[in-house]
Amino acid sequence: MTHEPLDPRRFLPLPPATFHILLAVAEESRHGYAIIQDVETRTGGAVRLSAGTLYRSIQRMLEDGLIEEVRERPAPELDDERRRYYRISTLGADVARAEATRLTELVSFARAAGLAPERA
Amino acid sequence: MGLYKALLYLFPKSFRLEYADEMRRIFTGRLADAAGNAEVLSLWMETLLDVIPNALMVHLDILRQDLRFTARSLGRAPGFTLTAIVVAALGVGATTAAFSVTDRVLIRPLPFAQPERLVKVWESVPGYSKMEPSPANYRDWLRMTRSFDALGAYTGTSMNLIGGADPMRIQGAAATANLLPILGVPPLLGRLFNQEEEVQGAAGVVVLSYGLWQDSFGGREDVLGQRVRLDEAAYTVIGVMPPQFAFPDRATRIWTPLTFDEDAYQDRNNAYLRVVGRLKNGVTLGQVRAEMALVTGQIEQQHPQENSDHRATVHFLGDEVPHQARLLLLALFGASLCVLMIACTNLASLLIARSLHRRKELAVRTALGAGRERLIRQLITESLALAVCGGLLGVALAASGTPLLAQLAPTNLPLADTSQMDLRVLAFAALITVMTGVAFGVLPALRVSGDGNLKGLREGARGGIGGPRKLRSALVFAEIAISVVLLVSSGLLVRALWRIQQVDPGFRSAGVLTLRTSLSMSRYAPTETRARFYDQVLSEIRALPGVASAAYSSFLPMTMRGGIWPLTFSGRPPNEGEDKASVRFVTPQLFETLGVPLRQGRDVNGLDTRFAPAAAVVSESFARRYWPDNDPIGRIFNVTFQDRIVVGVVGDIRVRGLERTDSEPQVYLPYQQVADGAVPFYAPKDLAIRSSLDSASLLKAVREILRRADPEVPISDVRTLGAIVEAETSPRSAQLRVLGAFALIAILLAGIGIHGLLAFGVSTRLQEIAVRIALGAARGDILRLVVRDGAQLAVAGVAVGAFGAYAAGRGLAALLAGVSPADLPTFMAAAGIVGVMTLLGSLLPALRAVRVNPTAVMRSE
Repeated sequence: MTHEPLDPRRFLPLPPATFHILLAVAEESRHGYAIIQDVETRTGGAVRLSAGTLYRSIQRMLEDGLIEEVRERPAPELDDERRRYYRISTLGADVARAEATRLTELVSFARAAGLAPERA
Repeated sequence: MGLYKALLYLFPKSFRLEYADEMRRIFTGRLADAAGNAEVLSLWMETLLDVIPNALMVHLDILRQDLRFTARSLGRAPGFTLTAIVVAALGVGATTAAFSVTDRVLIRPLPFAQPERLVKVWESVPGYSKMEPSPANYRDWLRMTRSFDALGAYTGTSMNLIGGADPMRIQGAAATANLLPILGVPPLLGRLFNQEEEVQGAAGVVVLSYGLWQDSFGGREDVLGQRVRLDEAAYTVIGVMPPQFAFPDRATRIWTPLTFDEDAYQDRNNAYLRVVGRLKNGVTLGQVRAEMALVTGQIEQQHPQENSDHRATVHFLGDEVPHQARLLLLALFGASLCVLMIACTNLASLLIARSLHRRKELAVRTALGAGRERLIRQLITESLALAVCGGLLGVALAASGTPLLAQLAPTNLPLADTSQMDLRVLAFAALITVMTGVAFGVLPALRVSGDGNLKGLREGARGGIGGPRKLRSALVFAEIAISVVLLVSSGLLVRALWRIQQVDPGFRSAGVLTLRTSLSMSRYAPTETRARFYDQVLSEIRALPGVASAAYSSFLPMTMRGGIWPLTFSGRPPNEGEDKASVRFVTPQLFETLGVPLRQGRDVNGLDTRFAPAAAVVSESFARRYWPDNDPIGRIFNVTFQDRIVVGVVGDIRVRGLERTDSEPQVYLPYQQVADGAVPFYAPKDLAIRSSLDSASLLKAVREILRRADPEVPISDVRTLGAIVEAETSPRSAQLRVLGAFALIAILLAGIGIHGLLAFGVSTRLQEIAVRIALGAARGDILRLVVRDGAQLAVAGVAVGAFGAYAAGRGLAALLAGVSPADLPTFMAAAGIVGVMTLLGSLLPALRAVRVNPTAVMRSE
């Protein structure tokens, strides 16, 4: 079965949970609990993903090809071998980028309307 | 922790296998972090709100995927998809249509308040269980019983209504003031009548049906208080009933108070009431029957002569459905279930065949990691999707079929309309649709996802088809057997219809137009006034060019089956209950007009007045019965309390309809020989005209003549005599059309089943066939090989089906008009049809088999 290359914009707008997960696995592979912690840290505790939302999103993102399960494991001293690790895919990166662009545009519109702070 | 684990079962298994461990670990961590009961409680709340919606979403995700996959995969097999949808639609449609009528007539409670407490009370004597009580007996029941909250009486009326759009003859009910409240349906507009209004001499009031209000009063609210005339008396409209109210039947269009004068209570033989009661809370049918037995026994002691052996029959109002109609509806529903069963077996068979074709695909998906649960789920989604599409189409089919089915519902029930589909029927359709989809998707799904079949990849196309093939053969065998039951049942009913249609009614119906002009008895009480009307109208009609003859009679044959009077003969001991005849008052030319042969003597004529000796024309069976050895002309007997001399003998007619073989002998009395205002019910009102004109132009001329004679006389029941005879068999024709349609669908489905089975058989045995051809097998051998399978199933199916059909025929005996349930020609015809269908179903697969190119098949493997 062959797939045509997917247009990243097909996935927009992204659900916030999906966007946060993409950001969390963009730099390094993480397991589920690490993703929750990363999102929590990144947002200063404002966003705390629940387990159900996390794994439902992960399942969907795997099916959509936005993330991949990692076969090669981290260095043995860091590895928790009972856990599954995920990292962003090329498509996932494209989609995250497209979403960021979309959000930036929105912010610039808001700024033009005087509803958002000027860039520092 | 156990609770959390249990909660995770809300997620689909495939999801659980992947993520449950990690989710549990995260939860454990959070639980450990939580300090104090409040935090633990809030964590649990949070978790509930997390798991439940997310589990639902995961299920929806899977459903969406499965549906997308289903749409793609069904789209790739349009032939299969279309067949499956049509098969499901036929099954669901037939069952839904049959249910909608059966439900309304037999299952659903009547549309009255607490209908389970409403009963009908009849009088009974040995031999007759449902007789109408007299006002005197009714009054005694009222006085002496304790089981009823209320007891009310009514009687059917037929009156000329003037005051609406046109003068018209309408059916109504005269009811005691407590009757309508017993039913517990409030009027839509205005009020019901009260006890002051049922007193003799009170101002007339009338309640209209919704239909009459709409048709003749334009649905205007100011109809309340409007004055109308009913048979010359003035009435005020006081109320309108809601549309779904029909009592005692849907033909009833007005309700007026039933009044009794003291005279009415004198004669206990003057019996014409129908009685409805509402049982006291908690009183059972057994209790009320016991009380009625007691009460009627006491009344008998007080009036031993008139009430000799009079008892009461009590049954629920909802149980009024006549035996034949009940049987018919049950047969119909049974037939529809047969169709559904055949459709389901067909679907199962189709799905099994398809899943076997897809073994490779399924094996690949398993290899790619789809669990058994996901595969089953996918297959069930597919069969449900097919069932739902079929169900929607089926409901549309049912909606278009219910008006036909509704003709099977008896019209004498308190039901407004039996042909509408409503939520209840739709819910039923949805239920059988889902059941069809799940039940017959699960079987193939379990079968195909069983371990054996997942070896499909390794084994190639030949492995593991023996089991499913046997199962499919069994399904096709069942289809054939059920089809035979339906075919034979329809066949028996066709034979019954033919038999009835061949019955000679005793008159010639071609070229006769009939209509009814009911004269208002308050203006036409004097016999002479009526005679003037008949003479004027008939002489003008007879003068019309093209008219051969015209006459009036009390009732046309088959339109009124009663009118039976006792006879006495001077010099013979009275033989009560045995000596009786169907009595009609007629004008001259009736026999000529109806084509009833005059065997002896003369017709009634204008000279048979009240000053001439009272005359009678009798039918042949009458003469044969009472004067078997003598000339009947000049003999004297007493009927309608008057001695009559026989002046003529005519042929017998089937007064009670084509199906009754025991019509009473007939007596025709001259229209002028009746006392003023006596037996008004028998005043001639049915006009029959034999002519060579077409009905429309004749009717126009006749209407003008009638208007000249009396502009207020209503004209109703215009139809040809042929239509009256046809109406005799029209319920049967309707039955037949429905059962026939079901049988046709069944045989068609069975044909599809046979075709599918053999086609599949051929496609899985291509190699074998190729080898045989290569080894020199003749085409005939190959043909035999394929057709033999189908033929074996057909023979077995017919044999078993024949037993079922005989049993069904025995059950339908009451509808068969004497045709034997073991009628050989019918069984032969059914077997023949199955044979033809088997051949047709085998044709394409057989052709395909003989055209197999051995080299091509071998090479492709």
